[in-house]
Amino acid sequence: MHIPDGYLSPQTYVPLYGASLAFWAIALKKLKKELSVKHIPYLAMAAAFSFLIMMFNVPIPGGTTGHAVGAGIIAILLGPWTAVIAVSVSLIIQAIVFGDGGITAIGANCFNMAVVMPFVSYWVFKLIRGNAVGGARLSIAAFLSGYVGLSIAAIATGFEFGIQPLIASGADGRPLYAPYPLSVALPAMALEHMLSFSIVEGVVTVLLFKYFAKHESGLVYALKVKEA
Amino acid sequence: MTKSQKKLWIGLFILTLLTPLGVILPEKFKAGGAWGEWGAEELEKLVGYVPEGLKRLSELWKAPAPDYNFGGEGASMTVQVISYIASGLIGILAVALVIYVIARLILKNEK
Repeated sequence: MHIPDGYLSPQTYVPLYGASLAFWAIALKKLKKELSVKHIPYLAMAAAFSFLIMMFNVPIPGGTTGHAVGAGIIAILLGPWTAVIAVSVSLIIQAIVFGDGGITAIGANCFNMAVVMPFVSYWVFKLIRGNAVGGARLSIAAFLSGYVGLSIAAIATGFEFGIQPLIASGADGRPLYAPYPLSVALPAMALEHMLSFSIVEGVVTVLLFKYFAKHESGLVYALKVKEA
Repeated sequence: MTKSQKKLWIGLFILTLLTPLGVILPEKFKAGGAWGEWGAEELEKLVGYVPEGLKRLSELWKAPAPDYNFGGEGASMTVQVISYIASGLIGILAVALVIYVIARLILKNEK
Protein backbone atom coordinates (compact mmCIF):
# COMPACT_ATOMS: atom_id res chain seq x y z
CA MET A 1 0.00 0.00 0.00
CA HIS A 2 3.10 2.22 -0.17
CA ILE A 3 2.40 4.53 -3.10
CA PRO A 4 5.66 5.06 -5.03
CA ASP A 5 6.82 8.34 -6.56
CA GLY A 6 5.08 9.15 -9.81
CA TYR A 7 1.75 7.48 -9.17
CA LEU A 8 0.17 10.60 -7.69
CA SER A 9 -0.14 13.99 -9.36
CA PRO A 10 1.03 17.08 -7.44
CA GLN A 11 -2.66 18.04 -7.21
CA THR A 12 -3.05 14.94 -5.05
CA TYR A 13 0.18 14.60 -3.13
CA VAL A 14 0.48 18.25 -2.08
CA PRO A 15 -2.92 18.40 -0.33
CA LEU A 16 -2.25 15.03 1.30
CA TYR A 17 1.07 16.36 2.61
CA GLY A 18 -0.96 19.22 4.05
CA ALA A 19 -3.45 16.87 5.68
CA SER A 20 -0.69 14.74 7.21
CA LEU A 21 1.18 17.83 8.43
CA ALA A 22 -1.96 19.02 10.21
CA PHE A 23 -2.37 15.65 11.91
CA TRP A 24 1.33 15.53 12.85
CA ALA A 25 1.07 18.99 14.42
CA ILE A 26 -1.95 18.04 16.50
CA ALA A 27 -0.49 14.65 17.40
CA LEU A 28 2.76 16.23 18.63
CA LYS A 29 0.80 18.74 20.67
CA LYS A 30 -1.24 15.94 22.27
CA LEU A 31 1.89 13.90 22.83
CA LYS A 32 3.56 16.83 24.53
CA LYS A 33 0.66 17.05 26.93
CA GLU A 34 0.37 13.35 27.69
CA LEU A 35 3.78 11.83 27.10
CA SER A 36 5.61 10.74 30.19
CA VAL A 37 9.18 9.50 30.18
CA LYS A 38 8.13 5.97 30.94
CA HIS A 39 6.04 5.83 27.79
CA ILE A 40 8.86 6.73 25.40
CA PRO A 41 10.16 3.13 25.09
CA TYR A 42 6.65 1.96 24.15
CA LEU A 43 6.42 4.64 21.49
CA ALA A 44 9.77 3.51 20.06
CA MET A 45 8.70 -0.13 20.18
CA ALA A 46 5.44 0.70 18.44
CA ALA A 47 7.28 2.41 15.58
CA ALA A 48 9.73 -0.51 15.36
CA PHE A 49 6.86 -3.01 15.34
CA SER A 50 5.07 -1.19 12.57
CA PHE A 51 8.30 -1.03 10.56
CA LEU A 52 8.88 -4.77 10.90
CA ILE A 53 5.32 -6.00 10.37
CA MET A 54 5.19 -4.17 7.03
CA MET A 55 8.17 -6.24 5.84
CA PHE A 56 6.14 -9.44 6.09
CA ASN A 57 4.82 -9.55 2.56
CA VAL A 58 1.91 -11.95 2.40
CA PRO A 59 1.55 -13.58 -1.01
CA ILE A 60 -1.70 -14.21 -2.82
CA PRO A 61 -0.56 -17.32 -4.73
CA GLY A 62 0.11 -16.35 -8.33
CA GLY A 63 -1.06 -12.82 -7.64
CA THR A 64 0.11 -9.79 -5.73
CA THR A 65 1.53 -9.34 -2.25
CA GLY A 66 0.48 -7.14 0.63
CA HIS A 67 1.10 -6.77 4.32
CA ALA A 68 -0.30 -5.77 7.67
CA VAL A 69 0.53 -2.28 9.02
CA GLY A 70 0.02 -2.61 12.77
CA ALA A 71 -1.63 0.80 13.11
CA GLY A 72 -4.79 -0.70 14.62
CA ILE A 73 -3.16 -2.49 17.53
CA ILE A 74 -0.91 0.53 18.17
CA ALA A 75 -4.00 2.77 18.33
CA ILE A 76 -5.68 0.40 20.77
CA LEU A 77 -2.58 0.13 22.95
CA LEU A 78 -1.25 3.67 22.87
CA GLY A 79 -4.11 5.76 21.50
CA PRO A 80 -4.78 6.90 17.93
CA TRP A 81 -2.75 10.11 18.17
CA THR A 82 0.32 8.27 19.38
CA ALA A 83 -0.19 5.78 16.55
CA VAL A 84 -0.12 8.69 14.08
CA ILE A 85 3.43 9.51 15.18
CA ALA A 86 4.71 5.93 15.54
CA VAL A 87 3.50 4.73 12.14
CA SER A 88 4.49 7.99 10.38
CA VAL A 89 8.06 7.73 11.63
CA SER A 90 8.24 4.19 10.36
CA LEU A 91 6.79 5.13 6.95
CA ILE A 92 9.17 8.06 6.53
CA ILE A 93 12.23 5.89 7.20
CA GLN A 94 10.88 3.26 4.81
CA ALA A 95 10.52 5.87 2.07
CA ILE A 96 13.87 7.60 2.52
CA VAL A 97 16.16 4.66 3.24
CA PHE A 98 14.43 1.73 1.57
CA GLY A 99 12.47 3.35 -1.26
CA ASP A 100 9.28 1.70 0.04
CA GLY A 101 6.78 4.42 -0.81
CA GLY A 102 7.76 7.57 -2.67
CA ILE A 103 9.24 10.77 -1.28
CA THR A 104 6.49 12.82 -2.90
CA ALA A 105 3.96 10.31 -1.57
CA ILE A 106 5.05 10.45 2.08
CA GLY A 107 2.08 12.68 2.88
CA ALA A 108 -0.34 10.35 1.11
CA ASN A 109 1.08 7.17 2.59
CA CYS A 110 1.10 8.65 6.08
CA PHE A 111 -2.45 9.88 5.59
CA ASN A 112 -3.68 6.42 4.55
CA MET A 113 -1.73 4.21 6.93
CA ALA A 114 -0.87 6.53 9.84
CA VAL A 115 -3.99 8.72 10.03
CA VAL A 116 -7.00 7.02 8.43
CA MET A 117 -6.07 3.58 9.66
CA PRO A 118 -5.40 4.21 13.36
CA PHE A 119 -8.49 6.37 13.78
CA VAL A 120 -10.80 3.97 11.95
CA SER A 121 -9.33 1.06 13.90
CA TYR A 122 -9.71 2.88 17.18
CA TRP A 123 -13.32 3.86 16.50
CA VAL A 124 -14.24 0.35 15.39
CA PHE A 125 -12.69 -1.07 18.55
CA LYS A 126 -14.59 1.37 20.78
CA LEU A 127 -17.85 0.82 18.91
CA ILE A 128 -17.78 -2.99 18.98
CA ARG A 129 -16.39 -3.18 22.48
CA GLY A 130 -19.21 -1.14 23.96
CA ASN A 131 -19.05 -1.57 27.71
CA ALA A 132 -17.56 -5.04 27.68
CA VAL A 133 -14.61 -5.53 30.01
CA GLY A 134 -13.59 -8.99 28.85
CA GLY A 135 -14.53 -12.05 26.89
CA ALA A 136 -15.13 -12.77 23.25
CA ARG A 137 -16.57 -9.35 22.55
CA LEU A 138 -13.19 -7.71 23.16
CA SER A 139 -11.47 -10.18 20.84
CA ILE A 140 -14.03 -9.58 18.12
CA ALA A 141 -13.60 -5.84 18.59
CA ALA A 142 -9.81 -6.21 18.24
CA PHE A 143 -10.04 -8.39 15.13
CA LEU A 144 -12.49 -6.08 13.38
CA SER A 145 -10.45 -3.07 14.43
CA GLY A 146 -7.48 -4.33 12.44
CA TYR A 147 -9.60 -5.77 9.63
CA VAL A 148 -11.71 -2.68 8.99
CA GLY A 149 -8.84 -0.24 9.61
CA LEU A 150 -6.59 -1.77 6.96
CA SER A 151 -9.48 -2.22 4.52
CA ILE A 152 -10.50 1.43 4.75
CA ALA A 153 -6.85 2.50 4.36
CA ALA A 154 -6.67 0.34 1.22
CA ILE A 155 -9.87 1.88 -0.12
CA ALA A 156 -8.45 5.37 0.47
CA THR A 157 -5.28 4.34 -1.41
CA GLY A 158 -7.32 2.82 -4.25
CA PHE A 159 -9.32 6.02 -4.49
CA GLU A 160 -6.15 8.13 -4.70
CA PHE A 161 -4.79 5.87 -7.46
CA GLY A 162 -8.11 5.82 -9.29
CA ILE A 163 -8.69 9.57 -9.52
CA GLN A 164 -5.33 10.18 -11.23
CA PRO A 165 -6.56 9.61 -14.82
CA LEU A 166 -9.33 12.14 -14.12
CA ILE A 167 -6.84 14.74 -12.87
CA ALA A 168 -4.05 14.72 -15.38
CA SER A 169 -3.54 13.39 -18.89
CA GLY A 170 -1.06 14.31 -21.60
CA ALA A 171 -1.70 15.74 -25.06
CA ASP A 172 -2.20 12.18 -26.34
CA GLY A 173 -4.95 11.59 -23.79
CA ARG A 174 -2.89 9.11 -21.81
CA PRO A 175 -2.86 9.51 -18.02
CA LEU A 176 0.28 11.23 -16.71
CA TYR A 177 0.36 9.36 -13.41
CA ALA A 178 -1.29 6.18 -12.05
CA PRO A 179 -2.96 4.88 -15.22
CA TYR A 180 -5.83 2.77 -13.89
CA PRO A 181 -9.28 4.35 -13.49
CA LEU A 182 -11.35 4.21 -10.30
CA SER A 183 -13.36 1.28 -11.65
CA VAL A 184 -10.16 -0.80 -11.62
CA ALA A 185 -8.03 0.70 -8.84
CA LEU A 186 -10.70 0.88 -6.16
CA PRO A 187 -11.94 -2.74 -6.37
CA ALA A 188 -8.39 -4.04 -6.83
CA MET A 189 -7.13 -2.39 -3.65
CA ALA A 190 -10.32 -3.04 -1.66
CA LEU A 191 -10.80 -6.70 -2.58
CA GLU A 192 -7.23 -7.95 -2.22
CA HIS A 193 -7.16 -6.45 1.25
CA MET A 194 -10.63 -7.51 2.38
CA LEU A 195 -10.09 -11.08 1.19
CA SER A 196 -6.54 -11.47 2.41
CA PHE A 197 -4.25 -8.90 4.00
CA SER A 198 -6.89 -7.40 6.29
CA ILE A 199 -7.55 -10.86 7.74
CA VAL A 200 -3.85 -11.07 8.60
CA GLU A 201 -4.06 -7.60 10.16
CA GLY A 202 -7.10 -8.68 12.19
CA VAL A 203 -5.38 -11.82 13.47
CA VAL A 204 -2.21 -9.90 14.40
CA THR A 205 -4.34 -7.29 16.18
CA VAL A 206 -6.35 -9.78 18.22
CA LEU A 207 -3.29 -11.86 19.21
CA LEU A 208 -1.35 -8.85 20.41
CA PHE A 209 -4.40 -7.39 22.09
CA LYS A 210 -4.89 -10.62 24.04
CA TYR A 211 -1.24 -10.64 25.07
CA PHE A 212 -1.32 -7.07 26.33
CA ALA A 213 -4.74 -7.37 27.97
CA LYS A 214 -3.38 -10.34 29.92
CA HIS A 215 0.14 -9.18 30.78
CA GLU A 216 0.09 -5.38 30.57
CA SER A 217 -3.53 -4.40 30.96
CA GLY A 218 -2.50 -1.15 32.64
CA LEU A 219 -0.88 -0.06 29.41
CA VAL A 220 -3.85 -0.55 27.11
CA TYR A 221 -5.07 2.94 26.21
CA ALA A 222 -8.44 1.87 24.81
CA LEU A 223 -9.30 0.09 28.05
CA LYS A 224 -8.57 2.97 30.37
CA VAL A 225 -9.66 6.07 28.49
CA LYS A 226 -13.37 6.81 28.68
CA GLU A 227 -13.60 9.08 25.67
CA ALA A 228 -11.36 9.37 22.62
CA MET B 1 14.45 -1.05 31.27
CA THR B 2 11.68 -2.98 32.97
CA LYS B 3 11.45 -6.75 32.69
CA SER B 4 8.35 -6.62 30.53
CA GLN B 5 9.95 -4.08 28.19
CA LYS B 6 12.94 -6.35 27.81
CA LYS B 7 10.57 -9.15 26.84
CA LEU B 8 8.93 -6.95 24.22
CA TRP B 9 12.28 -5.91 22.72
CA ILE B 10 13.25 -9.59 22.52
CA GLY B 11 9.94 -10.20 20.75
CA LEU B 12 10.76 -7.46 18.25
CA PHE B 13 14.22 -8.94 17.72
CA ILE B 14 12.72 -12.35 16.98
CA LEU B 15 10.31 -10.64 14.58
CA THR B 16 13.34 -9.12 12.84
CA LEU B 17 14.92 -12.55 12.38
CA LEU B 18 11.65 -13.74 10.83
CA THR B 19 11.30 -10.86 8.33
CA PRO B 20 12.95 -12.87 5.50
CA LEU B 21 9.63 -14.77 5.35
CA GLY B 22 8.38 -11.60 3.68
CA VAL B 23 10.64 -12.26 0.72
CA ILE B 24 10.75 -16.09 0.78
CA LEU B 25 6.98 -16.75 0.84
CA PRO B 26 6.08 -14.48 -2.12
CA GLU B 27 8.83 -16.19 -4.14
CA LYS B 28 7.58 -19.66 -3.16
CA PHE B 29 3.98 -18.88 -4.08
CA LYS B 30 4.97 -17.04 -7.26
CA ALA B 31 3.34 -13.83 -6.16
CA GLY B 32 4.44 -10.58 -7.75
CA GLY B 33 4.83 -7.20 -6.09
CA ALA B 34 2.06 -5.17 -4.51
CA TRP B 35 -0.73 -3.68 -6.60
CA GLY B 36 0.15 -0.13 -7.63
CA GLU B 37 3.83 -0.42 -6.71
CA TRP B 38 5.18 -1.47 -10.09
CA GLY B 39 8.43 -0.07 -11.45
CA ALA B 40 8.33 1.81 -14.77
CA GLU B 41 9.32 -1.29 -16.81
CA GLU B 42 6.69 -3.46 -15.16
CA LEU B 43 4.05 -0.82 -15.74
CA GLU B 44 4.99 -0.60 -19.41
CA LYS B 45 4.34 -4.34 -19.69
CA LEU B 46 0.95 -3.90 -18.02
CA VAL B 47 -0.48 -0.92 -19.87
CA GLY B 48 1.84 -0.61 -22.85
CA TYR B 49 3.44 2.71 -21.97
CA VAL B 50 5.07 4.62 -19.12
CA PRO B 51 3.00 7.64 -18.10
CA GLU B 52 4.99 10.85 -18.67
CA GLY B 53 4.60 12.33 -15.20
CA LEU B 54 5.26 9.03 -13.54
CA LYS B 55 8.52 8.61 -15.43
CA ARG B 56 9.68 12.05 -14.33
CA LEU B 57 8.72 11.74 -10.66
CA SER B 58 9.88 8.16 -10.24
CA GLU B 59 13.46 9.24 -10.91
CA LEU B 60 13.35 11.83 -8.16
CA TRP B 61 14.84 9.76 -5.37
CA LYS B 62 17.32 6.90 -5.31
CA ALA B 63 16.98 5.12 -1.98
CA PRO B 64 20.22 3.69 -0.52
CA ALA B 65 18.68 0.22 -0.11
CA PRO B 66 15.66 -0.10 -2.38
CA ASP B 67 13.25 -2.93 -1.47
CA TYR B 68 15.25 -3.73 1.68
CA ASN B 69 17.85 -5.28 -0.58
CA PHE B 70 21.54 -4.43 -0.49
CA GLY B 71 22.46 -6.73 -3.38
CA GLY B 72 20.84 -4.75 -6.19
CA GLU B 73 18.66 -6.27 -8.88
CA GLY B 74 19.20 -9.98 -9.43
CA ALA B 75 20.57 -10.53 -5.94
CA SER B 76 20.48 -14.16 -4.81
CA MET B 77 17.92 -15.29 -2.25
CA THR B 78 20.68 -15.61 0.37
CA VAL B 79 21.71 -11.99 -0.16
CA GLN B 80 18.08 -10.91 0.01
CA VAL B 81 17.51 -12.83 3.24
CA ILE B 82 20.57 -11.27 4.88
CA SER B 83 19.57 -7.85 3.51
CA TYR B 84 16.12 -8.23 4.98
CA ILE B 85 17.40 -8.95 8.47
CA ALA B 86 19.94 -6.13 8.22
CA SER B 87 17.21 -3.77 6.98
CA GLY B 88 14.99 -4.79 9.88
CA LEU B 89 17.76 -4.00 12.36
CA ILE B 90 18.59 -0.69 10.67
CA GLY B 91 14.87 0.12 10.60
CA ILE B 92 14.41 -0.55 14.31
CA LEU B 93 17.45 1.55 15.19
CA ALA B 94 16.42 4.40 12.91
CA VAL B 95 12.82 4.64 14.11
CA ALA B 96 13.83 4.31 17.76
CA LEU B 97 16.39 7.07 17.30
CA VAL B 98 13.87 9.39 15.64
CA ILE B 99 11.29 8.70 18.36
CA TYR B 100 13.80 9.44 21.12
CA VAL B 101 14.80 12.70 19.41
CA ILE B 102 11.17 13.74 19.03
CA ALA B 103 10.42 12.80 22.65
CA ARG B 104 13.43 14.73 23.86
CA LEU B 105 12.47 17.85 21.92
CA ILE B 106 8.90 17.65 23.18
CA LEU B 107 9.82 17.08 26.79
CA LYS B 108 12.50 19.77 26.73
CA ASN B 109 10.04 22.36 25.44
CA GLU B 110 7.94 21.60 28.46
CA LYS B 111 10.32 23.36 30.83
